Amino acid sequence: MNAVLSFLKRPLVIALLLIAALLYLGESLSPGFASADQVLRLLIVASLLGIVAAGQNVIILGGREGIDLSVGGVVSLSAIIAGNVMNGADGGILPAILACLAAGAFFGLLNGLGVTLLRIPPLVMTLGMLGVLQGLLVVIRNGIPSGRAAPGLSAFVTQPLVFGIPGIIWLWIAIGLFMAFMLNRTVFGHRIYAIGSNEHAAYMAGVPVRRMRIGLFMISGMFAAIAGLCLLGYSGSSFANVGEQYMLSSIIAVVFGGTSLAGGKGGYTGTMAGALLLVILQGILTTVNIDESGRQMVFGATLLLLMLFYGRGKAMRA
Amino acid sequence: MTPTTIETRPIRSGGLKLWLERYPFLPALIIVVALLALNGAFSPNSLSYRSLTGLLSTYMALIMLAIAQTYVVSAGDIDLSAGATLSLVNVAIVVLMEKWGGGGAAVIGAMLCGILLGLACGVINGIVVAALRLQAIVATFATSIFFTGVALYVMPVAGTPAPALFWRTYGGRLLGLPFVFYVLAALALLLFLFSRTRLVTQLLAVGDDQQAAYQTGLPVVLVRIKGYALCGLFSALAAFCLTGDTASGDPLVGGKMTLYSVAAVVLGGSALAGGWTTVVGSLLGALTIGLVNSLVFFMGTPSEWQNFVQGLAILLVLMAGVLAGRRVRA
Repeated sequence: MNAVLSFLKRPLVIALLLIAALLYLGESLSPGFASADQVLRLLIVASLLGIVAAGQNVIILGGREGIDLSVGGVVSLSAIIAGNVMNGADGGILPAILACLAAGAFFGLLNGLGVTLLRIPPLVMTLGMLGVLQGLLVVIRNGIPSGRAAPGLSAFVTQPLVFGIPGIIWLWIAIGLFMAFMLNRTVFGHRIYAIGSNEHAAYMAGVPVRRMRIGLFMISGMFAAIAGLCLLGYSGSSFANVGEQYMLSSIIAVVFGGTSLAGGKGGYTGTMAGALLLVILQGILTTVNIDESGRQMVFGATLLLLMLFYGRGKAMRA
Repeated sequence: MTPTTIETRPIRSGGLKLWLERYPFLPALIIVVALLALNGAFSPNSLSYRSLTGLLSTYMALIMLAIAQTYVVSAGDIDLSAGATLSLVNVAIVVLMEKWGGGGAAVIGAMLCGILLGLACGVINGIVVAALRLQAIVATFATSIFFTGVALYVMPVAGTPAPALFWRTYGGRLLGLPFVFYVLAALALLLFLFSRTRLVTQLLAVGDDQQAAYQTGLPVVLVRIKGYALCGLFSALAAFCLTGDTASGDPLVGGKMTLYSVAAVVLGGSALAGGWTTVVGSLLGALTIGLVNSLVFFMGTPSEWQNFVQGLAILLVLMAGVLAGRRVRA
């Protein structure tokens, strides 16, 4: 019995059970919600969020109040860079990928340098960077017409690729496997947990804490850049601040996946389920017939309710 | 105006350090003075009585919101719903004032309701974060979505005007002085009174070391809830200033202000980790944001570059604020 209870209390299990419950609820509220087509569409949306959350996840795992508020800005920037570089031509996809990754890594590097060399708290550093990125978006948008997605990229995101499943979902699965391998099987991954649970001990044990942390921010920037690229493929053209929605929802996905904001504990598999959970919840709210105010109230209240299922802080003890 | 810092021992040597310890907002003050000088250098007109009054009445709402944020930051928490609370109070008072006829009694009644609403939002946040022990960043983000939903229910689309009596008073003059000066004076008095209360000291104690505060016998949960309630109160005051400035209701107006309020707190020299904050610094931090924005304008920056230069300048001042604050505390 205890074994069953502790199994049921694992974040991943909670998330999967909640996903099943929500799918059932969605299907009974509007028949067809849980059909294969709809689930695939939800998975596409979830994969965009999930890819951003992968970067957020490693930063949060790395501890020291790690958080990246600039991901939304990087997603928008990457979408607009990709649109301009490829401009509707398949030949431009590869240069676009490289340009986006470079931009993501660059802003991640700046974040990382501020957090490590100047010891600016991540929240402050990435908040400031978000302002810079939003300003940059205005500059680019006024100077250059926003480009279009290449047909190849749109097909990759929205059309079935293998076994009737779009490429972006395969990409997400690949990222999931990569993250699981990196976090569990590589020295780098183990060091993330080490600096996240006790930075000083990790430093004493010879972990290059600063370089690690800079690396984590670069990874986060690059994941956000990939998501921005895919988002362009999903929507066809980039529009104002498309990435803003990902800033806090990526953090919520990580929390719903059972990763503690204190760092050092958690993993990416849960985060994937968390992202899916969030997207399904939003999907249900858009299908039921209530106005925007009711939708937001229910969404906020449900988020709070779901958070109660996950790690609550410890009570104070003398 | 006294900074809300607890007396720290041991007493350090060195005049400057002692000054900084007593007045931790000094670096922020220097930045504000420098920005004022730069504004004046680029456009002498920007230092005129008239434009300074305008700047103050535009940024009064952000000043209030930054102060609201400071009280939760004192206890080591954060409130990402402050902007949504502001929006909710904004639409609620505009709707109430309109419904009650827009007279003097209606304005005062609506403002009282607004204050109660702000306090209620704060208490909800406090219960969610301190009593239910959810993580402050994500929990207050969830409540911000909820409050935005309520605001949209109260007023689905922006644009309902506030009664003329309200915004004419805010933007007008009283006994020859701009009304916003009275707001500032009242705020100063309020902050002074609060800085004398036990609650502010308790908030700082909780923010400094929660476990230690608990073991000293402080009701930590209650103190944190009170901190959030104070935040809700000042968010409501911020909503009054905003309504006076924009003269209308908008259910989404505050969303963008939340992160600026956090930035203002950091700019003022407070530590986001809690235990060391200065409300005067936050006031100056909010002014810094306003002055950076006007400076970028007066420098003649091309319009498409303005946001970028503002963002960059604020990032740089944020970094400077963190570094200076650490120097002081070290």
